[in-house]
Amino acid sequence: MELLSGADMLIRSLQDEGIEYIYGYPGGAALHIYDALFRQDKVKHILVRHEQAAVHMADGYARATGKPGTVLVTSGPGATNTITGIATAFMDSIPMVVLCGQVASTLIGEDAFQETDMMGVSRPVVKHNLSVRHPEEIPEIIRKAYYIAATGRPGPVVVDIPKDMTTPNERYEYAYPKKVKLRSYNPAIRGHAGQIKKAVDMMLAAKRPVIYAGGGVILGKASDQLTELVRMLGYPITNTIMGIGCYPASDKQHLGWLGMHGTYEANMAMHHSDLILCVGARFDDRVTNATEKFCPGARIIHIDIDPASISKTVDADVPIVGPVDAVLKEMLALVKEAKEKPDADAIASWWKQIDEWRAFHGMRYETSPDVIKPQEVIEMLCRLTNGEAFVTSDVGQHQMFAAQYYKFDKPNRWINSGGLGTMGFGLPAAMGVKLTHPDDEVLCITGEGSIQMNIQELSTCKQYNLPVKIINLNNQALGMVKQWQDMNYESRHAESYMESLPDFIKLAEAYGHKGVRIEKKEDLETKLKEVLAMKDDLVFVDIYVDRFEHVYPMQVARGSMKDMWLSKTERV
Amino acid sequence: MRRIISVLLENEPGALSRVVGLFSQRNYNIETLTVAPTEDETLSRLTVTTTGSDKVIEQITKQLNKLIEVVKLVDLTEGAHIERELMLVKLKATGSQRAEIKRTVDIFRGQIVDVTSSVYTVQLAGDSDKLDGFIQAVGTSGVLEVVRSGVSGIARGEKVLSL
Repeated sequence: MELLSGADMLIRSLQDEGIEYIYGYPGGAALHIYDALFRQDKVKHILVRHEQAAVHMADGYARATGKPGTVLVTSGPGATNTITGIATAFMDSIPMVVLCGQVASTLIGEDAFQETDMMGVSRPVVKHNLSVRHPEEIPEIIRKAYYIAATGRPGPVVVDIPKDMTTPNERYEYAYPKKVKLRSYNPAIRGHAGQIKKAVDMMLAAKRPVIYAGGGVILGKASDQLTELVRMLGYPITNTIMGIGCYPASDKQHLGWLGMHGTYEANMAMHHSDLILCVGARFDDRVTNATEKFCPGARIIHIDIDPASISKTVDADVPIVGPVDAVLKEMLALVKEAKEKPDADAIASWWKQIDEWRAFHGMRYETSPDVIKPQEVIEMLCRLTNGEAFVTSDVGQHQMFAAQYYKFDKPNRWINSGGLGTMGFGLPAAMGVKLTHPDDEVLCITGEGSIQMNIQELSTCKQYNLPVKIINLNNQALGMVKQWQDMNYESRHAESYMESLPDFIKLAEAYGHKGVRIEKKEDLETKLKEVLAMKDDLVFVDIYVDRFEHVYPMQVARGSMKDMWLSKTERV
Repeated sequence: MRRIISVLLENEPGALSRVVGLFSQRNYNIETLTVAPTEDETLSRLTVTTTGSDKVIEQITKQLNKLIEVVKLVDLTEGAHIERELMLVKLKATGSQRAEIKRTVDIFRGQIVDVTSSVYTVQLAGDSDKLDGFIQAVGTSGVLEVVRSGVSGIARGEKVLSL
C-alpha cells in the first residue's frame, strides 16, 4: 500500500472523489496542504481575493452542475470569512465541502495565532462538521464529508484540519474508501407507498388544484418527472424563487412564481385552491405571508426529503418523506394507471378563473419615454440571450426584477441567494458557473450596492479569464431598503442612499476589463447587443435605471396570499 | 406540555454541543439535561426535559433526528415510563430540628448520607414533583444547598431504546 503524508492524502482523496476545482486562499495552517496541491495537477485551485467569494464560487458551481463544490482556506480569519458563504449554502441546501486549516492540535485552546474554534463557529450553519484527529482518518473523513453534503437534503460540510495532521514527513497507508456507512444517517430513498396512493387519489379528485414546487425539485434533479406529471394532469403550477426553472416558465400551465413578489395569478390561485401539491418547498415566510390566513380552503400534500420541513410552519394533510424524483415517478405511474381522471369540467372552470386573473394584471409595469426601467433591461436581456443564459443575482430589487422578467425554461440556470439573501453573492457565483461553462452566456444581474460587497473578485476574473457580464442596475440607492422605507416609514430614507459611488467603468478598466455605461433609453438595445458580442471580455455594464421604481406585486404584510399591492396605488 | 426526550448519541467530542446548540438556535426550552456513556462505549444516552406545544415537540424530535450524530431517540412521555431524579440537599440541623428532619426524610424515603453537628446532607431520588415536595416540607429557610441531577427516564414494560 502507498504511504502518503496527511496533506498528500487529502489531495489524493479529492482526486479520488473526482473533484476538479477547488476555490480558496492559502495561509499558515493550510500551507502543507497547498504544497501538496502544488505537486500535482489534477485538482485545479482557483485563488480568490476574499474567502467569502471562494464559498460563493463553489456554491455557483454546485447550483449550475448539481455537484458539490469544494473550498480550501486557512484557520482563523480564513475560516471565519467563509461563514456568510456557508450560511448562504446552508439556507438554500447547496452541497459543499469546506476544508479549513487549523492550528496544530497541540495548540488548540491556547489562543494561538490565527486560532478560531471553527467547529463551534460553523455549527449552526452547516449540515455537519468533522474534525481530523489523526492523519490516517483523512480519506474516510473526506469520503464522509462529500457523502453527507450531497445526499438527503444537501448542505455544506466543514472539515477542520489541524496543521499537524498534514505534516509532510509523517506518512501513512493510503486507501480511499469505496463506500461509507453511517448508522445514524440514512436518508429516505423512497416515499411511503400508501401516502403516495392517498395523495394521487386526492389530486385526481381536486376541483381547484395547484402545484407548488420549490428548489428541492432542482436539487433532486426531478424537473423532468415534475414536468411530465404536471402536463399529464393539466393542472396549474407555480414555483418558489428557488424553484425557478424546475418547470418551463414559457409554458401556459406555468403561473410564474409565488409569494411576496410573486405574480397576481399565482398568489390568487394558491389562495383559492382546494388542493396544494407541494414538491420540495418549505412554506417559507416569504411565500406564505401570515400562516394563519394561508390558503384557507386547501388541503395540502407535501413531498420533501427532510421530515423537519414538513408541518414546520404550515400543517400538511398528507406528508410524504422521500426524494422528489422517486416520489414523482411513483405518482406518475399511479396517475397513468388510474381509472379516475381529473374532473374535466371543474378543471376547465378553474383555468377560466385563472386566465381572468392573468388578464387582470399579468406582469405589466409603467414604461417611460426617456427613463430606463429595470424591468425592460431584464426583458431585453432575456430576448437577446434567447432565455438561455445562466443568470446569477445579488440581493434586492434587481434580484426580484431578474426573477420576474427573465423567463427560465431550464433548471440550474437561475442562481440566487434565496434563503439567506446574501448581498455580494452574484459575482463570485457567476465566476463559479463561467469556469465550468465557458461557452455559455453568464450574466450577473446586480445593483450598485451588492456589487461592491465582493467587487475585489474582478481581479480573480482577470487571472482566470472569466468573461462574465455584470449587469449593474444602477438606481443610486439601496433600492429594496428604500422601497420599504417609502412604503412603511413615510419615505424617510435612512442610510439607503449611496453617495460617492465609484466610476464603475474606470474601476472595471483598472482591473483590466471593459466597461460600458448606458444612460439613455435609446442606447439600451444597441449597447446591450454590443456587450453580448464581446465574448472574450468581462464587461461591466453600468445601467442608469429609474431611481424611483418599486417591485410589484408585493404582498401586504401580515395579510393572506391574495392581499397584494399591484402598483404604488392599486391594492387588492 | 412537559416532555422527556431520551436520545442515543454517538459518543464523540462535540456531539453534545450540537444538541445543546440546536435548542438555543431554534429557541426551544431545556429544563433539565443529563448525559452519560452507556454500556456500549460508542454511545452516550442523553435525557432532556422540555416544554412546548405538540407542534414544537414534533419539530424538536425531527430536528434532533436530523443531527448526524443522533442515532435514535424516543419521547418517553408518549407512553408509560419511569422517571427519576437524584437530589442532594444540605439542611441546617440543630436541636429539635434534627429529629423533625429525620422524620421527614423517612416519609420521603430518603437517606441522610452525611452528618455534622449542625448539618445533615440528605439524598433523595424520585420524580421531580417528589423532590419539590420534600423541599416544601422541610421549608426553604433551613436549606443550605441543593443539587439535582436532572431527569433520567426509561419506558415501562418491554419497550427499549437501543440499537
